[in-house]
Amino acid sequence: MRTPFFALCATAVALALYLLFRFYGNDYLFFAGYTVLQYIVLASAWNILGGYCGYVNFGSAGFFAIGAYTGVFLYTVNQSIDDLFSEPVAAVMHVIFPLPLPVIILIGGIMAGLVGLGTGYLTLRLRGVFFAIATLALAVVLQTLIVNWSFVGGSRGAYVIPPNTVPIFGPYIQYLFCLMLALVVIALTLARLIERSRLGFGFATIRDDELAAEAAGVPTLRLKLIATTLSGALMGMAGVPFAYYIGYTEPGSVFDLSYAVNSIAMPMIGGTTSWLGPLIGAILLGTLQQVATVTISSVANLLIVGLLLIGFVIVAPNGIVGLVQNWLRMRIKS
Amino acid sequence: MEFSVDLVVNAVIAGLLLGGFYAAVTAGISISFGMLDIVNIAHPAFIIVGSYIAYIASASLGIDPIIVSILMLPFFYALGALIYQIYYISFEKRGQESLRGLAFFFGLLFVTEVILILVFGVDYRSVDAIYIGPSLRLGPVEFPLRLLVPCAVALAMFAGLQLFLGRSFIGRAVMAVSQDPLALRLMAVDPTRIKRIAFGISIATASMAGAFLIVIQPVIPSVGRDYIGRIFAICVLGGLGSLPGTLIAAFLLGVIESLTSTLYGPSWAPAVSFGILLLTLAVRPSGLLGR
Repeated sequence: MRTPFFALCATAVALALYLLFRFYGNDYLFFAGYTVLQYIVLASAWNILGGYCGYVNFGSAGFFAIGAYTGVFLYTVNQSIDDLFSEPVAAVMHVIFPLPLPVIILIGGIMAGLVGLGTGYLTLRLRGVFFAIATLALAVVLQTLIVNWSFVGGSRGAYVIPPNTVPIFGPYIQYLFCLMLALVVIALTLARLIERSRLGFGFATIRDDELAAEAAGVPTLRLKLIATTLSGALMGMAGVPFAYYIGYTEPGSVFDLSYAVNSIAMPMIGGTTSWLGPLIGAILLGTLQQVATVTISSVANLLIVGLLLIGFVIVAPNGIVGLVQNWLRMRIKS
Repeated sequence: MEFSVDLVVNAVIAGLLLGGFYAAVTAGISISFGMLDIVNIAHPAFIIVGSYIAYIASASLGIDPIIVSILMLPFFYALGALIYQIYYISFEKRGQESLRGLAFFFGLLFVTEVILILVFGVDYRSVDAIYIGPSLRLGPVEFPLRLLVPCAVALAMFAGLQLFLGRSFIGRAVMAVSQDPLALRLMAVDPTRIKRIAFGISIATASMAGAFLIVIQPVIPSVGRDYIGRIFAICVLGGLGSLPGTLIAAFLLGVIESLTSTLYGPSWAPAVSFGILLLTLAVRPSGLLGR
């Protein structure tokens, strides 16, 4: 299937899903669905670096938070234009602001991508494990910065009050839901495109044997930096609407470890070698968590995710996709 | 703000005492990550488990937390050996330690934290001991006993480890396995067995580090996360696999952190370790005393 055709199909599925929710669902479905969609983007983003290149990023929460706090920052700037700028500048700013949400999402993506590039540049030249450790610490440091930065609310948190309704889309949550759907389509198309391009083959050589790839002339550092930047940017983009979704953003909820765990667990459980794996993993785990949060408790569902992650990496290293592939192969043989 | 010599001297002393404790916290990682090449990011979780065991024993039986931790050493050793066995069979043997092995330890870290939350809740827990509270005074300089005692025991533990690794047969085999497992195999020593022993010892240090931690500060399940950046920063700064380097780096980080929180406020302290980690990786990746 060609990429444009795939993108068209994905858009059609997304549109069908939206219409289904719109006419047969309720607002709760949109709220719950939004979370699952957000996880699809995070999982796909993580998989570009983790699944294709074999480099583990533990800092998903950090990249996600960069996006969310870009949203908070630009919202707060808009709120206080007259206090921040002198009159002529403020007049210009009033023309630019308030920025439409898709633009803010783009800015958030660029910010997170740059942080990914910087971290990658400092650590990826060394052994891969240093990158993993650095991302682990990155989230802690970003949280420290945010806690000490009173403009975006510091440790108290900040309110972002979205309008109640948006033209065409109706309730604001439906607008957010559609934006997230668009991000899902972008993320999946991008992941699939990478997988089948020269870039993806380059990534695969890094994953399988970096030394051999380097010796064969693959520009490994450049490829790794591309993967880190893309992956970080997508995570940041997934984070921007969160500030508008939750309404009240505070460091504890944005830097929650569950983002890091989920964005690792979902591709691992789904299968890391194709774009389908993160999608399956995110839909399964995301839905499971929504159900478990309502029926059991939010702590228990994190336990389930952690145990599933450990179980899958030990027993089924190639995830659900790998299990299905094995099963198909067995059937063909017999 | 008021800048006085007393303040700085006290901050440096507190930092040095804290550094001794950091050395104990990092010793396990120095062995597992530095020598065995096992990136055990779940190490802080085991430290917190050690803290909670010390808490239970001290609250219900009234035993001194540090003595409890010494009594628990065999248990932690066995736990470590078990985890290594799982890790070896599932990942190292298949050559998948880089991606899935890391994810495994991350899952372990997370699951341990969630279980602790489910059992103990998110309240701060602390212990009682005679050395918590009073402090030794030498002129204007103050030595809080709750820092001094863990520091002293930690240094003793550290010296013991160094002696063991440098002098005993198994210790030397551990050093050897970090350099050339094949050569070790040719000398008729099973590298897997040596690694299992070494990993067991590395987890055993978590028992004592956990007790020190709960003596120094009240503990909640998520506090372990703050130590991930710290212990890896110390381990990398010290030079992978070098215990003396780890000790120097631990003191250095302790002092810098203590000065930062005295001069700029405690909320900035967590950023220090990450800054040091990045700086080390950028300037001298082999660390202070790296080989």
